[in-house]
Amino acid sequence: MQEVTASARLINTVGLHARPSVKLTQLAKRFAARIEVATSAAGPWTDAKSPVKIMRVKASQGEVLHFKASGADADAAVAALIDIVERKFGEE
Amino acid sequence: MVERRLSGLPASPGLAFGPAAIFRAIGEATRAKGPVASERQTLADAVAAALEAVTALAGSLEGEAADIVGFQIALLDDDALTESAYAAIERGEPAETAWRQAMAEEIGGYENSDDPYFRARSADLADIRDRVLRHILGLPELTQAKTGSVIVGEDLSPSAFLGIDWSQGGGIVLGAGSPSSHVAMLARGRGVPMVVGIGPDWRSVFGVIVVDGAAGTVVTGPSPDSVAKARSQAGALGAARARAEARMGEPALTRDGTPVAVMINVAGMADVAGFPVAACDGIGLTRTEFLVEQALRDEALQYELYAQLLGWAAGRPVTIRTLDAGGDKPIPGYTIAGESNPFLGLRGIRLSLRHPDVFRIQLRALARAAALGPLKIMLPMVTAPHELEQTRALLEDVVGELLTEGGACALPALGIMVEVPAAAMAVDAFDAAFFSIGSNDLTQYATAASRDGSEVAPYADVLHPGVLAMIARVAAHGAASGREVSLCGDAGGDPRLIAALLRAGLRTLSVSPGLLAVTKAAIREVELAAPGPAA
Repeated sequence: MQEVTASARLINTVGLHARPSVKLTQLAKRFAARIEVATSAAGPWTDAKSPVKIMRVKASQGEVLHFKASGADADAAVAALIDIVERKFGEE
Repeated sequence: MVERRLSGLPASPGLAFGPAAIFRAIGEATRAKGPVASERQTLADAVAAALEAVTALAGSLEGEAADIVGFQIALLDDDALTESAYAAIERGEPAETAWRQAMAEEIGGYENSDDPYFRARSADLADIRDRVLRHILGLPELTQAKTGSVIVGEDLSPSAFLGIDWSQGGGIVLGAGSPSSHVAMLARGRGVPMVVGIGPDWRSVFGVIVVDGAAGTVVTGPSPDSVAKARSQAGALGAARARAEARMGEPALTRDGTPVAVMINVAGMADVAGFPVAACDGIGLTRTEFLVEQALRDEALQYELYAQLLGWAAGRPVTIRTLDAGGDKPIPGYTIAGESNPFLGLRGIRLSLRHPDVFRIQLRALARAAALGPLKIMLPMVTAPHELEQTRALLEDVVGELLTEGGACALPALGIMVEVPAAAMAVDAFDAAFFSIGSNDLTQYATAASRDGSEVAPYADVLHPGVLAMIARVAAHGAASGREVSLCGDAGGDPRLIAALLRAGLRTLSVSPGLLAVTKAAIREVELAAPGPAA
């Protein structure tokens, strides 16, 4: 199965904090694809549907988020996740 | 049952009569460990029950509080949270130990972060930990207490108070605690009768009890006679309150016809919901302690709240206190952690001036909102005139910046809170547009009696001649220099103190919306010309 990857820089002030993490995981859960996120292209990779694990990543403003997805709707999933990061999670 | 009378300290007046709901702290409970399968089930049930409780809470919240609960729901709903706890249970640990260890590790990860946003979230994790632990240990969550119950415990946190439904009455009895604690203030604002400091006897309280919040007494196992007396007293109090509320919209004049302005203290729009604006003379204090985390740097959000309050007040003055963090109100990443005596440390304006980047955001929002109506800025914990002047310079700079940007703004009146005794004694050194006496802190500092210790509570007396002399000094300076002087501490809404405050020269009081009616009623009883205990 094709693996889709893409990355975006965290530009919102608070980084991948509580509310953005909840929004990101809620969005990821709408897709059937297996989606992972990392702050480096080399990993370690974290399940993008788990708010507990996402919060452990503690990604701050300025860091780059890498996404990796596989599954039928992987393309749409990665596009949507990149979009929410670039829109600062709709908060600013 | 034998009737027993317990004595404590009065913390919030009124009479409560209801079943005792015992609130035990987590540290007091123990349980026996079962086989692995049952420990596993215990944890699963506890997490499910906590999730259900938090989800039920979410419906009634908005804004930042709703976000916090939303975050807690997301975590409790995520299997990753319990993974290591289940692994520990498989190794033979009891459910509560397994859960505690898992959460200690999770919380540690947040606390060790360099990023203040992540450190601040550790409080939410601790909240989740405790909710689940209460279910594991079979301790009821407070939010489950029957409405109308009297909460009985060693102590109670402000957040626990806010989670209880007080709409059907109820009361509070604490073994420890202090009448000047934050939770006592909340109880007075909501009209919840409260007695503190009854000592270890709280552990033996059960069944229906009578709480006299004005006398500071608790009766357990009340005789039919006591019940009848309590009923009739509660009835009389209720009738007096109804009479006061019927006249709430009328101006407050003393017996000899002196008008006294009565304003209200708020922390946001939720406090004025359903409150008739015409009954008050404006907002005398807006607490901006909602300014934590994101909101601290969010000018648009702040402006929105100030604009809403001005809209509600419909032309009446709205006094907004700049961020009063520190003391008993820490903000991770903003206040100083580990001060040995935070009440004598970096608080209020002292902190604001150390964080000019954050302070400017609030001043910008205030100056913009001032274009919409009579907004006044009040600075907390001012000690020396240079703090006022530094703020004035910042404010003028911010207004200049806004004018250059071409946005609507105005230079608001700039006043100070008088709560540091040295500032009260040297009040004429401050070129402030108005003064507002913060009687809680002024009394605590002037009498050297901490607000949160029940042992020293009797010392923290607003009627101490030394405290009244400071209030009189500020009032006299205001009258002589034509500057408004008000009082926005708890004393303003305490019927036992109002006569003394008016005799000290005050003509403006600002109180919780829930106390406005009784405050006006108490003012109408005062004969200013009559000789009183304090002049």
